[in-house]
Amino acid sequence: MPVSATNSKVVYDAIKAAGVRLVSALPETWLVHLVRLADEDPDMILVRLAKEEEGVGISTGAHFAGLRTALLMQNHGFLQSINGIASLALLYKIPLLLLITDRGTMGERDPWQTEGGKYTRKVLDALNLVRDELNRPDEVRGKVAKAMTLAQSSLSPVALLLGRDLMWEEPTA
Amino acid sequence: MKRIDCLRAIYPELEDCAVVTIMGAVAAELYSLGHRPNFFYLEHAMGLASSVGLGIALSQPERKVVVIDGDGSVLMNLGGLTTLARYAPRNLVHLVFDNEVLLSVGGGAPGGFKWFTTATSTGSDLAAIARGAGIRRAQLVRELDDFTEAALDGLKGDELTCVVAKVDAEMPASFLIDVHMLENRFEFARALQRMQAKTATGGTT
Ligand SMILES: Cc1ncc(C[n+]2csc(CCOP(=O)(O)OP(=O)(O)O)c2C)c(N)n1
Repeated sequence: MPVSATNSKVVYDAIKAAGVRLVSALPETWLVHLVRLADEDPDMILVRLAKEEEGVGISTGAHFAGLRTALLMQNHGFLQSINGIASLALLYKIPLLLLITDRGTMGERDPWQTEGGKYTRKVLDALNLVRDELNRPDEVRGKVAKAMTLAQSSLSPVALLLGRDLMWEEPTA
Repeated sequence: MKRIDCLRAIYPELEDCAVVTIMGAVAAELYSLGHRPNFFYLEHAMGLASSVGLGIALSQPERKVVVIDGDGSVLMNLGGLTTLARYAPRNLVHLVFDNEVLLSVGGGAPGGFKWFTTATSTGSDLAAIARGAGIRRAQLVRELDDFTEAALDGLKGDELTCVVAKVDAEMPASFLIDVHMLENRFEFARALQRMQAKTATGGTT
C-alpha cells in the first residue's frame, strides 16, 4: 500500500513527543499506519470510534482529567464532528489537536473524496480555527509541537492537515 | 417515578465521583440538590455526555465516573454506546433518565401534553439497545427502589453499568444554575486533577 509508513512514523513520533497519551481515531486509508502505531504502543490509549464527533467528547473528558490527546480523522470526519467542535470544544474552551487527512485536493483519484476537499479549509476558517499543513517530513515534529502548544495555551482546537505529499507515496511505475 | 427522587437517592454517593450530566432539566435538578465541584453540566452538545465520561474514565481508571443522560441525548449518539461497550470502563456508571420526550426544549408541557416525544415513547428500548451494543449490565427500571438498588450497585461495583430509568416528563422546579459554564468547566477539571493528585500520593480523597 503506498501510504507512507515512514512518514506515518514521523507523525506518530511527533504526537508522542508532544505529550499525547490518548488518541481517538476513525480512519481512512491514509491513517492505517498511524492507527496501527497507536495500537501497538502500550503507553498510548487508542479509542476506536463509531463516529468522529465522539472523539471531541472523549478528548474533553481526558483534558479535564489532565491528559493530552489527538484526534485522527479524514476531512469528512471533521465535517462529521462540527457540532461537537462548536457546541463543546469552542463553547467550553477545550484544546484539541485535530489531525485531518487532506483528501480531495490536487492529485486526488477517488471521485468520492473530491467534494469535501473543496471546503475543508473554508469550514475550518468559518470556525476560526488556526490551521497548518504537514507536507514534508522535516516540518512535522516542529509543527505538531507548536500546534499542541497553541491548543493548550488558547484552549481551542487547532488543526493540522496531513497532505498527500507526506502521507502518500506514488508507486514508481 | 420522578427524576428528582432518583437523584436524591444517589446524591450522597456522588461525593468522590466525577459526575457529567446533560443539559437542561437533569442538570438543573442535580444542581438544586447542591452543587459540587465534581459536577459538570454539559450545557449544549447533545449526545456527548457519555463520550466525555468515557474520556474521563479511561484517563483516571481509579475514579468512579457517573454520566447522567437523557433519552433524546442517547439517541443522538447511539454509536457512542458501542464505543462505551467496547472499552467497557469498569469505573463508569451510565444513568439514563428516559422521559420519552425532549423535555428541556419544552417537549413536555404542563398538564402532561407532550409535543415532542422520542422513539422511546413508541417502543424503542434503550436498555435493550445498550445490551445489544454490548453493555452486559444494562437494565430498565420503573420503580424508585429498583433504580436506587441498580444505581448504587453500579456505583459500588466494578463493571460498566447502564441503568435506564423511566421517569415522568416533568419540568424541574427551576432551570437556575448559578455557575457559569466556563466557571463550571475549570472548577471541574481542577477538582478531577486535585482528586487524582491525592490518590497518586496515597492520600485519601
Ligand atoms: C444538536 C442539538 N439539537 C437540538 C438541541 C436542543 N436541545 C436542547 S436540550 C434538548 C432535549 C434533550 O432531551 P433529553 O436528552 O431526552 O433530555 P431531557 O431534556 O428530556 O431531560 C434539545 C433537543 C441541542 N442542544 N443540540
